[in-house]
Amino acid sequence: NRFSNTAEIDWDDLEASLVAADLGPRLAMSLVEELRDLGRQITADDVVEITRQHLAQRLPPDLPPPLPPSSDKPFVFLIVGVNGVGKTTTCAKLAHWLQRRGSLTYLAAADTFRAAATEQLLRWGQRLDIPVITGPANADPSSVCFNAHQQAIRDGARYLICDTAGRLHNRHNLMEELSKIRRTLAKQDPAAPHLTLLVLDASTGSNALQQAKEFHKASPLDGFILTKMDGSGKGGVAVAIHEQLGIPPRFLGTGEEPADFALFQRARFLEDMI
Amino acid sequence: MFASLSDSLDKTFRNLRGVGKISEKNITDALKEIRLALLEADVEFTVAKTFIEHVKEKAMGTEVLKAVKPGEQIVKIFHDELAELLGGDQVPLNLEAPARILLCGLNGAGKTTTAAKLAGRLKREGRKPLLVACDLYRPAAIDQLATVGGQVGVPVYTPDTSESDVVKVAQDALSWASNQTHDVLIFDTAGRQEIDERLVQELQRLHSFLTPGETLLVADAATGQGAVSVARHFDEAVSISGIILTKLDSDARGGAALSMRAVTGKPIKYVGEGEKLDQLFEFHPDRMADRILGM
Ligand SMILES: Nc1nc2c(ncn2[C@@H]2O[C@H](COP(=O)(O)OP(=O)(O)OP(=O)(O)O)[C@@H](O)[C@H]2O)c(=O)[nH]1
Ligand SMILES: Nc1nc2c(ncn2[C@@H]2O[C@H](COP(=O)(O)OP(=O)(O)OP(=O)(O)O)[C@@H](O)[C@H]2O)c(=O)[nH]1
Ligand SMILES: [K+]
Ligand SMILES: [Mg+2]
Ligand SMILES: [Mg+2]
Repeated sequence: NRFSNTAEIDWDDLEASLVAADLGPRLAMSLVEELRDLGRQITADDVVEITRQHLAQRLPPDLPPPLPPSSDKPFVFLIVGVNGVGKTTTCAKLAHWLQRRGSLTYLAAADTFRAAATEQLLRWGQRLDIPVITGPANADPSSVCFNAHQQAIRDGARYLICDTAGRLHNRHNLMEELSKIRRTLAKQDPAAPHLTLLVLDASTGSNALQQAKEFHKASPLDGFILTKMDGSGKGGVAVAIHEQLGIPPRFLGTGEEPADFALFQRARFLEDMI
Repeated sequence: MFASLSDSLDKTFRNLRGVGKISEKNITDALKEIRLALLEADVEFTVAKTFIEHVKEKAMGTEVLKAVKPGEQIVKIFHDELAELLGGDQVPLNLEAPARILLCGLNGAGKTTTAAKLAGRLKREGRKPLLVACDLYRPAAIDQLATVGGQVGVPVYTPDTSESDVVKVAQDALSWASNQTHDVLIFDTAGRQEIDERLVQELQRLHSFLTPGETLLVADAATGQGAVSVARHFDEAVSISGIILTKLDSDARGGAALSMRAVTGKPIKYVGEGEKLDQLFEFHPDRMADRILGM
């Protein structure tokens, strides 16, 4: 690494790389303090490794795939997030990921608002051979979820993934709509939605933390998915989100193809980060 | 969050006054606070550093030291410099015939929506725009542009879904438009990561074929430290003429505006402030400076 082969640790440079990874200046500074306090226990040769270890303490250990307990009703995912982060694409990839494990998976096109959002998910469904349940344009997204849930139960699907419209976390009425979707899903199965995942774009800076906070208030989150990890963004804000809100990263999106999707793995994430 | 940047600086100075004269070192401490504010607003690390170094001289002027509220004074200096840098050489769009506008940017930044917003705006200004769908990757991207184009009452040139060469699409669109009365063509392109060489090359081919009068980078206001890499790569690849900042209706502080402006020297032409198609507005450097400094 670029820190080794130097006599002394360049702490400013270390702080700069942490900030550059979107860790946030406060977290970057406190981490650097923490490391400096190690004194002679840390050298230019192992500074990167030790930094990763200290970051790792702020992230959860690798979690098993969020697979359902056996139940006769489908396991329901609710996918939420601000505009353009990659929700629809992620729904398709997640469905593909589950389907490859041999489970019948349904998609609900509950973004009835954005132009051609339903068509987008339908195309994905056709391409991946996954049934997509749609509603008319501008229909109540809750009713699309209800119908999809009903069909998924009737057909014995193992999973149902509900795509939702992009909404900014500072729009209260749109956040309210999520509560309604949750209540509607709970009508046919009190345990639904089983997993609510927030989609975050790895190129987003500190605002991702704000997004997580507000979505978590409106619709309790079980985890988040970082997309566009194939870009230059490192997604360092994930560390702050987990540290401050206790919400774990679950999956990573790494491209526009269906297979560009993987379980979050702490060690690999940190290796890419610094 | 930083509604109190100047307050906290004032406090710093007040505390210092108790112990004696304000020195250069004290100002340096205040600058650290400003640096933190910029970083928290997602201004890129080196951009923040350079900007502070550049403004430091002025901030050290004696009028600051003598001011009743030195903190407020310093913030004002930074604010004005920031607005100056963000605004600078703002000029209207180049719509000289043949007027062609190429939109590019990262995935999901808001290009397609912005294309329709811009078309609607130009139409209201008395132009006759045509939208051209050059995103052949994203599922239903063409449907999306056709829908939003319809919503603003602007025709959309849509290629065959089997077409896979964007330059061919652009060529066909130009020859079709030559018999029409459109006076400005707006090209929507696929989203791409700036480090994806294959996709960036595709954009370059389209750009060199079109030689557009405006090549606008569409960027999300919530972009983090990567803003510099994004702006620099797109500028190197297709020599952007300006930036459109989207999703400014969020509570993101928008430091990316400074990062992108600083590394490319290209002006911010418009801002998007909502999903509705009439929500594309002129850029106000002053408001943006307030926002970045958390005022
Ligand atoms: N490079 C890359 N692009 C991605 C990834 N995930 C999604 N995208 C792209 O990001 C863009 C937006 O994706 P969508 O799935 O439409 O995003 P969304 O959150 O559903 O958007 P809205 O519904 O409009 O809020 C598309 O161009 C996708 O192909 C990823 O992991 N890597
Ligand atoms: N709140 C808000 N949403 C916006 C704004 N501009 C665009 N959007 C939304 O952002 C999402 C992505 O917009 P698109 O226009 O599809 O983005 P794109 O850059 O064309 O996406 P790709 O073609 O997949 O790269 C959509 O949900 C839009 O409605 C804005 O200014 N404010
Ligand atoms: K990355
Ligand atoms: Mg979507
Ligand atoms: Mg688009």
